[in-house]
Amino acid sequence: MTTRTEVYTLNMGPQHPGTHGVLRVILELDGETVVSATPELGYLHRGIEKLAESRTYAQIIPYTDRLDYLAAMNTNLGYCQAVEKLATIEVPERAEYLRVIMAELGRIASHLIFLASIAIDLGGTTGMMYAFRDRERILDLFDAACGARMTFNYIRIGGVMADVDEAFLGGARTFLADFPAIMDEYHGLISGNEIFYYRLKDSSVVGRERALALGLTGPCLRAAGVDVDLRRDEPYGIYDRFSFKVPVGEKGDNWDRYIVRMEEMEESASIVAQALGALPDGPVMAKVPKILKPPPGEVYHRVENPRGELGFYIVSDGSTKPYRFHVRRPSFQNLLAVDELCRGGKIADVVAALATLDPVMGEVDC
Amino acid sequence: MAVNIEPVLVRYLVGLFPSLAAADRAGDGLTVVTAPPEEIYAVLKTLRHEEPFSMDTLGDLTAVDYPDRLEVVYHLYSAACGHKLAVKTSVAKGAAALPTVTGLWPAAEFAERETYDLLGVTFTGHPNLTRILLPEGFEGHPLRKDYSLPPRPATR
Repeated sequence: MTTRTEVYTLNMGPQHPGTHGVLRVILELDGETVVSATPELGYLHRGIEKLAESRTYAQIIPYTDRLDYLAAMNTNLGYCQAVEKLATIEVPERAEYLRVIMAELGRIASHLIFLASIAIDLGGTTGMMYAFRDRERILDLFDAACGARMTFNYIRIGGVMADVDEAFLGGARTFLADFPAIMDEYHGLISGNEIFYYRLKDSSVVGRERALALGLTGPCLRAAGVDVDLRRDEPYGIYDRFSFKVPVGEKGDNWDRYIVRMEEMEESASIVAQALGALPDGPVMAKVPKILKPPPGEVYHRVENPRGELGFYIVSDGSTKPYRFHVRRPSFQNLLAVDELCRGGKIADVVAALATLDPVMGEVDC
Repeated sequence: MAVNIEPVLVRYLVGLFPSLAAADRAGDGLTVVTAPPEEIYAVLKTLRHEEPFSMDTLGDLTAVDYPDRLEVVYHLYSAACGHKLAVKTSVAKGAAALPTVTGLWPAAEFAERETYDLLGVTFTGHPNLTRILLPEGFEGHPLRKDYSLPPRPATR
């Protein structure tokens, strides 16, 4: 006797913890096997691109905080550099180093959230607690630098908002000194966990060719074995002055996406250490008019964010406000892979696949 | 490392499609080629598949609303050759339609839906051209300059 099954639809989210906020995935299921997975977006759409058309260039910075709110420093940096390119503004040396320190600490903080969320999505509450505990130390540093713990507004067009003090530098050095032990703890608790390993290994594979075709970027692309990193390949700011490795995976399964991010955190810590060591004295802000009027023209500037390639396309008509402001968001593009990641897998693997894609919906819905 | 495309390649491309106009833009120095809408697909297909270009990655796809036209912008990269290029085309606002490039770069699927949703450019042949950020049934395309914001709901 054969069992006849009927495909049915299940809505996952918008409140499911595996969807990191406001994402709905429409699952077509045959038993517990996924036939197709369609991401449904737009629950958080605030119209930032439209808003930007009625704000001055400096007034837009707080909106960029709210794109990828888990890596606001990195997103600030991308936007400010795009405007600096458009208006030809030189950034002082010390500010460049401070930006790198903040961006790489931001990357570690963001990957710690990834670690926390994959741990809890797969049922490991302790892993989440540990990662949040350590992220808190980075937030304390950001708090000391700019007075905010989430939507940081530290990087400015032409430099950074204020210089850091000795307490910040000391705190950063202590954090770096503790970091190897922190990583050891994660590897012992999470990476070394057999259940965790077998949940991730060989599931939700997106190989090299498909990853490129789907436009994946960042850790998701590198996990598939593509050796690209804009910090090294198309250096922006002063990234060409630091030496670091680019971790690359083999087959693009959940495990590779996990381990690539873990290794990236160590590289980021090394970059922060190099930048702290070479931090020069001097001003942290260029002379920039309060109301900026970039010459008419266009710019497309892309940076390597924790979630992949973030691009800003700005059209200036010479006035105080951008004529058109467009953001190429890595999470948005990466979500295109959801269907491919989940298809043929089990319903429980959907949670793991979404966790290793690591989308931030503030950025997806822009 | 993606560097701006060699001028000799741009000249070769313009040789293949004499209707193209090429210029280096002021903001970031990137070369921009502008194609008429009826030729854009042939140009993009050549850039995607032909040997000296091999633009295997679609970085970004969006559109800009100008008073007289909608300009669609493609930012292309070649991982194989390490160069980059921007391609533009303009369509009239009344009947803004272009062939989809999802066949050349599957990555374009979401970006084309977004451009359709927010700016009202139709991409013919797209596998699922529906609104992506706004709900079905939403009227208008908010990133058009003539879109007027609905009044704020009354507060009590």
